[in-house]
Amino acid sequence: MSAGAVLDIRGLGVDFLTPRGRVHALRDVSLQVPRGSVVGVVGESGSGKSTLILAALRLLPANALILGGEVVLDGEDVLRMSPAALRDLRGRKATMVFQDPSTSLNPVLTIGRQMIDIQYRDRVPTARKRDRAATMLRKVGIPDPATRLDNYPHEFSGGMRQRIAIAMALLCNPDLLIADEPTTALDVTMEAQIIHLLRQLKSEFHGSILFVSHNLGLIAELCDRVVILYAGAVAEEGSVHDLFHRPRHPYTQALLECDPARLAKVSRELPTIPGDVPDLLAAPVGCAFAPRCPKVFERCRREAPRLVADGDGHGAACHLVPAIASSRVGPRPSTGSGRGPPVEPVET
Amino acid sequence: MLYYSLQRVALAVAICMVAMTILFSLVYVIPGDPASLALGPRATAEMKEALRVRMGLDQPLAMQLYNFFANAVTGNLGYDVWTRRPVTTIIMEALPYTLALAGAGLGWAILIGIPLGCYSAINRNSLMDKITGIISVGTISMPSFLVAVYCLLLFAVHLKWFPAIGAGERGDLADQLWHLVLPAFAIGLGWVGYLARLVRASMLEVLGESHVRTARAFGLPEAMVIRRYALRLAILPTVTLLGIAVGGLLSGAVFAELVFNRPGIGLLVYNEAARRNYPTVMGTVLVTVGVFVICQLVADLLVALLDPRVRRSL
Repeated sequence: MSAGAVLDIRGLGVDFLTPRGRVHALRDVSLQVPRGSVVGVVGESGSGKSTLILAALRLLPANALILGGEVVLDGEDVLRMSPAALRDLRGRKATMVFQDPSTSLNPVLTIGRQMIDIQYRDRVPTARKRDRAATMLRKVGIPDPATRLDNYPHEFSGGMRQRIAIAMALLCNPDLLIADEPTTALDVTMEAQIIHLLRQLKSEFHGSILFVSHNLGLIAELCDRVVILYAGAVAEEGSVHDLFHRPRHPYTQALLECDPARLAKVSRELPTIPGDVPDLLAAPVGCAFAPRCPKVFERCRREAPRLVADGDGHGAACHLVPAIASSRVGPRPSTGSGRGPPVEPVET
Repeated sequence: MLYYSLQRVALAVAICMVAMTILFSLVYVIPGDPASLALGPRATAEMKEALRVRMGLDQPLAMQLYNFFANAVTGNLGYDVWTRRPVTTIIMEALPYTLALAGAGLGWAILIGIPLGCYSAINRNSLMDKITGIISVGTISMPSFLVAVYCLLLFAVHLKWFPAIGAGERGDLADQLWHLVLPAFAIGLGWVGYLARLVRASMLEVLGESHVRTARAFGLPEAMVIRRYALRLAILPTVTLLGIAVGGLLSGAVFAELVFNRPGIGLLVYNEAARRNYPTVMGTVLVTVGVFVICQLVADLLVALLDPRVRRSL
């Protein structure tokens, strides 16, 4: 799969140096974005989603320490390239749409200026770049784009700003578009509009998309594959269909049960996963989800599970995985359940 | 923008009027009759009365205030008590020297301080950043008159690189500039450090903002990110401060003009206040207030020009 991957992250580890100590934000995370596909990343706040995608373009803040691993974008290791090569790659091979459109655009420059600036590589007249920008704005649904290019970000609504941010990212026609929770900072109606836009653009845009979101429904709809992050490590990954229909990791199962959109019955209280995300100041011993896991057993607290993937690329980092896979899915020819390490589930 | 500009101009005029009224009443708050103090203990009652009439002190207070305003608007600030020359003429002779001094002092502070602050912010925690930090704090804490005295001793008296006193030959630009170097250095030095610190702080803040990360995520050249995307924002607090800085520089100029014996507003006010030459002192202070208000007005309008959010919110 890696041969055809636009983005291939392998064994990435990132620590943050904070006044409180070293925060282990990412531990041995691997993720592939196959060419032309949409990969979703899901996780709670603090699970390392943002760290992961910032690392993909080496945009991590100065206090981040990359412990190891590689981030291969179009065949080149982003983490080991010269600053000049990195700058050349950003905005050409990959661009990013950030979470909060009220802060991600420059407040003192017109959006036209910003959209023309990002085309600085193209040796065409400025008027041509302006036309391109206007065309792209129209495509994302900004009315009267030629005039609105002379407006400043604060003269647009939040939803409009996020459309502009998306237009900017698409203007570069990148191989990989990274979207960091593009709907989280918006209110519900704006969110619906942006989701509609993303849906529409997905069919037109031929590059790959790495999509980070809280919104499980959105992920299910837009993505081909999903990666579930928990406490800085991959808990489960697989195709959208496999993962949503046959979640293997207890965390994924709990997460899906919490999604209001999937609730079968109307209940008075929204279901939650009891407990908190572990403090990543100390690397967890054993499985990071063990303290909150309903199916925890003795081995979980002792030994960190490894990601076990079957032939479909559906894998989960859980000691129960082979057992769960076989019990839930039944005998599937491609499931590697029989070859997994022997596990004795212990009910607690 | 037009509405905002008009609003600012109106505010500036209001500030000037308040300043004029305060200034006017100050003369009456200061103890002692100006006429008798000016003439000394041996003056006769007739002499005092004559001087009082000449200074307009015999008229009712409201009338005096009205006259003061009316004359000021037409550019007439009264007549010097001693030389009987128009105060406006006296001030206009001195003002260019002070403006040149303040302008040169601020100019070199801007030219050095702002790039230094940018450099420090970009290369945060580098050796140069730390050295700049220490030197900045040093220059900020040093009073400008002290700097002036030491400059005079070192560069003019010992090394003889620069002239010690005066403002240079009238009409000889090179000589005047030559005389400007030391005083401008002395009053600008503190501002170099101050501006460097301020620009560093606001630049660090802006560089940490999300939109700078966006600019970098699009692979924009670093020079463009710094100059167009970061500095445009980081400079805004500095522009506002520079408007206020002119006030500080004008008072710094008093010391520099005293130490270097340069003609100028500061020296004029110092000399004439000692002689209770009220019309000249009032006129000079008024012009200083005017200069200060105009500078702040310019700074406000400049900020509005640079920051569309300010234009919008007003």
